[in-house]
Amino acid sequence: MQVTRRQALGISAGAAAFVAFGPALADEAATEKMLMEFTGGKTPASGKINLKAPEIAENGNTVPITVSVDSEMTEGSYVESVTLLADGNPNPAVATFHFTPMSGEASATTRMRLAKTQNVVAVAKMNDGSVFMDKKQVKVTIGGCGG
Amino acid sequence: MAAPKPRVKVPKSASAGEVITIKTLISHKMESGQRKDKQGNVIPRQIINKFTCEFEGKPVFSCDVEPAISANPYFEFTAKVMESGTFKFTWVDDSGDVYSHEQAIEVK
Repeated sequence: MQVTRRQALGISAGAAAFVAFGPALADEAATEKMLMEFTGGKTPASGKINLKAPEIAENGNTVPITVSVDSEMTEGSYVESVTLLADGNPNPAVATFHFTPMSGEASATTRMRLAKTQNVVAVAKMNDGSVFMDKKQVKVTIGGCGG
Repeated sequence: MAAPKPRVKVPKSASAGEVITIKTLISHKMESGQRKDKQGNVIPRQIINKFTCEFEGKPVFSCDVEPAISANPYFEFTAKVMESGTFKFTWVDDSGDVYSHEQAIEVK
């Protein structure tokens, strides 16, 4: 097969991109591992938790993100913690929120950095040990890890 | 860098049992440890790694923060207030510096 100039450029650009970012960025396996560490090996169910993130983030340096969990937030039944993971960042961990019945509602908003277009995952752990997950893809126009 | 300055928004008053929204922000550059300077040396990580909110000494909300949180970290969360008291907010830096802020609320 003859490699055209255009193909050759494409291949080398792809390879360069991989060398530059590939090993430094977290992959889905690392995210999965952190998720399992958080849940204690349980596979999270869907539902109850809602992750609100923009579909397209123009600036990856500050992406607003809201997570809320449907819970009574009483002594008997409340959300213990919620962790946020981003599978395309250099390190998938983003933040872990800890709630108490005094929180009133299990809902929090923050602003995060995203290196590139990727999935953001939110996992909630209830006080009875059950886990729930939500996932959103965020398209990033300008990455937030520039140096 | 200017000393980090916390800014907190708590309603001045609320009715007993009301769930209020609290907004907090602290000026901090949140150096991620991923960036390099002009000579190609990695700029060491320097972030707020923990944020907590307490009401009269009891935990309300806290957050373990990673470098993926934006500069000038912003947190918005809720609290259920039953009685008048004071919220205490604490931010802890990688260097061990602690920044705190207190705000009272009146419950009618």
